[in-house]
Amino acid sequence: MNADDSSKDLVVGTDGEKYPARFADPGLPEHRDRLADRDPAAAKRAERQVAVLFGLSALGTIGFLLAYFLVPPGQSVSSIRLSNLLLGLSLSLGMLGVGLGAVHWAKTLMSDHERVEERHPQRSIDADRAGAIAALKAVAADSGVGVGRRGLLKGALIGAIGLLPLSIAVPLIGNVGGDWDTNKFRHTIWRAGRRLARDPSGTAIKATDVTIGSVFHVIPEGLEAEAHPLEEKAKAVVLLIRLDPRDLNEAPEKKSWSYYGIVAYSKICTHVGCPVALYEQQTHHLLCPCHQSTFDVSNGAKVVFGPARRPLPQLPIAVDAEGYLVAQSDFHEPIGPSYWERLK
Amino acid sequence: MKALGAHRYHRFAPVALLLLALLAIGSGYAALTGGPAAAAAPTADDIAAGSQLFRANCATCHGPNASGSRNAPALIGVGAAAVDFQVGTGRMPMKASGPQALTKPVQFDQQQIDQLAAYVASLGAGPAVPTVEQVDPTLGNAANGMALFRTNCAMCHNAVGGGGALSQGKFAPALWTTTPTHIFEAMLTGPQSMPVFNNANLSAAEKRDVIAYLVAQREGSPGGTDLGSIGPVSEGLWVWVVGLGLLIGAAVWLGAKSS
Repeated sequence: MNADDSSKDLVVGTDGEKYPARFADPGLPEHRDRLADRDPAAAKRAERQVAVLFGLSALGTIGFLLAYFLVPPGQSVSSIRLSNLLLGLSLSLGMLGVGLGAVHWAKTLMSDHERVEERHPQRSIDADRAGAIAALKAVAADSGVGVGRRGLLKGALIGAIGLLPLSIAVPLIGNVGGDWDTNKFRHTIWRAGRRLARDPSGTAIKATDVTIGSVFHVIPEGLEAEAHPLEEKAKAVVLLIRLDPRDLNEAPEKKSWSYYGIVAYSKICTHVGCPVALYEQQTHHLLCPCHQSTFDVSNGAKVVFGPARRPLPQLPIAVDAEGYLVAQSDFHEPIGPSYWERLK
Repeated sequence: MKALGAHRYHRFAPVALLLLALLAIGSGYAALTGGPAAAAAPTADDIAAGSQLFRANCATCHGPNASGSRNAPALIGVGAAAVDFQVGTGRMPMKASGPQALTKPVQFDQQQIDQLAAYVASLGAGPAVPTVEQVDPTLGNAANGMALFRTNCAMCHNAVGGGGALSQGKFAPALWTTTPTHIFEAMLTGPQSMPVFNNANLSAAEKRDVIAYLVAQREGSPGGTDLGSIGPVSEGLWVWVVGLGLLIGAAVWLGAKSS
């Protein structure tokens, strides 16, 4: 073991003498001159580099002006794209050149004196601390807090402060929705006899129009005449699909809800309400684009994949005397995602 | 007048009148609805040639009489449009079984495709290949096409026709290079996973509007490169990897001391 064996310094043991009482401040690293400080040629080179960067910036600005005047956006998509591309490239060159040049200048050529600003202790001096406590105690004694005096004032103050947040909370909650009638979530404007119409044209659909494999995006006929057409549409949209009746596997109580393989399901996902409309004709799977919930249309739209927990509500349909598809009734359950007041 | 009056009570007159009326209504209906209106009616030779092509290239899966098998659907009644689409885009003959038939270099020339289509159309009535005028994007209304595309197509094919994923390896293809005729035929026949949009759902004129909208998207994005127009995946990848990478690089460069 020679004296230079440094491994002993790091021996972990119970002997406290092996450790220093406190670690010494290693101090700042020694100042190191930069290449440009030591070598005039390097300084010259850095200077040239900065000048080139500033020059590039100037070129970029000139290019921007040229592009602005010589390459107008015009009317076609390709001319707009060309104009945008040239403006963007020249502008970025102009700005980046100034920025890179300035940083490079500061880093290589400007003085690099290192200055140290010592941190002062955060604790106030004892006299200030004692003075503050004395002042607080004096005020408390003066107001009577804690000695049982002026109980009325204390109660009034607490009451007033307790009520104050209501002036913020009530309008805030009130503005969340002027209408707290959750009952309207349960119903859509589908009624017995209301015709199914194409979205967006609003023309009624005949059962004979719907060939096997067809998908119709459906709104209630006369939607535009409603007081709030978009709000009603958001709840009432339906996807109409015709399957080969042999592929359709219906629950006994819903046998009368379809018409020769034509079924209608709410388009609002039961997960968080995205429009479910990606229909795969061969697998009869209906996908939600948001979270990939997948519903099996041949099996009552039951969930076969994804986060949705309930099948899509089915709209019972029939055909009227003129051959148009009509609703038998509203949906038999609330459409869309679950909410607190929903009972099932 | 007298002669006509005498024949009016001929006992076959009602039958003849009925036949005439049926003919008038039938041809009138055909004229009004536009009908198949194929460019040139296929000859018996076309059908015979198509039948030979079919037996050589398709019958293995679709059966010698196109009545289908366990591996492939029957083709009776799918119409010429389905053949022109499936064979004309190279999806058929199918290279290998998989989630869906993919496009590949077309194996037949247009004449052979027409012959195959004529043969399949001769097996049972089905949708015909659209005319040039029916798919001419310059005649369509792109604004109306956008409304229709957003409602009926965009959920699978993306808002500008960039394509998108379906389940289990299936996908809705991008429509950047699909010909107007093939777009029309796809809507009409509903190939593979795609549902059918027959002319009672989207009329021929509305289909042309959709085509006009899709063709209008092919000029690209006015803002510059669009990273495939497939939404947050490619754009997010670019921002998080390239954009943030550049920012981190800039921060490191700013903080480093000059050598």
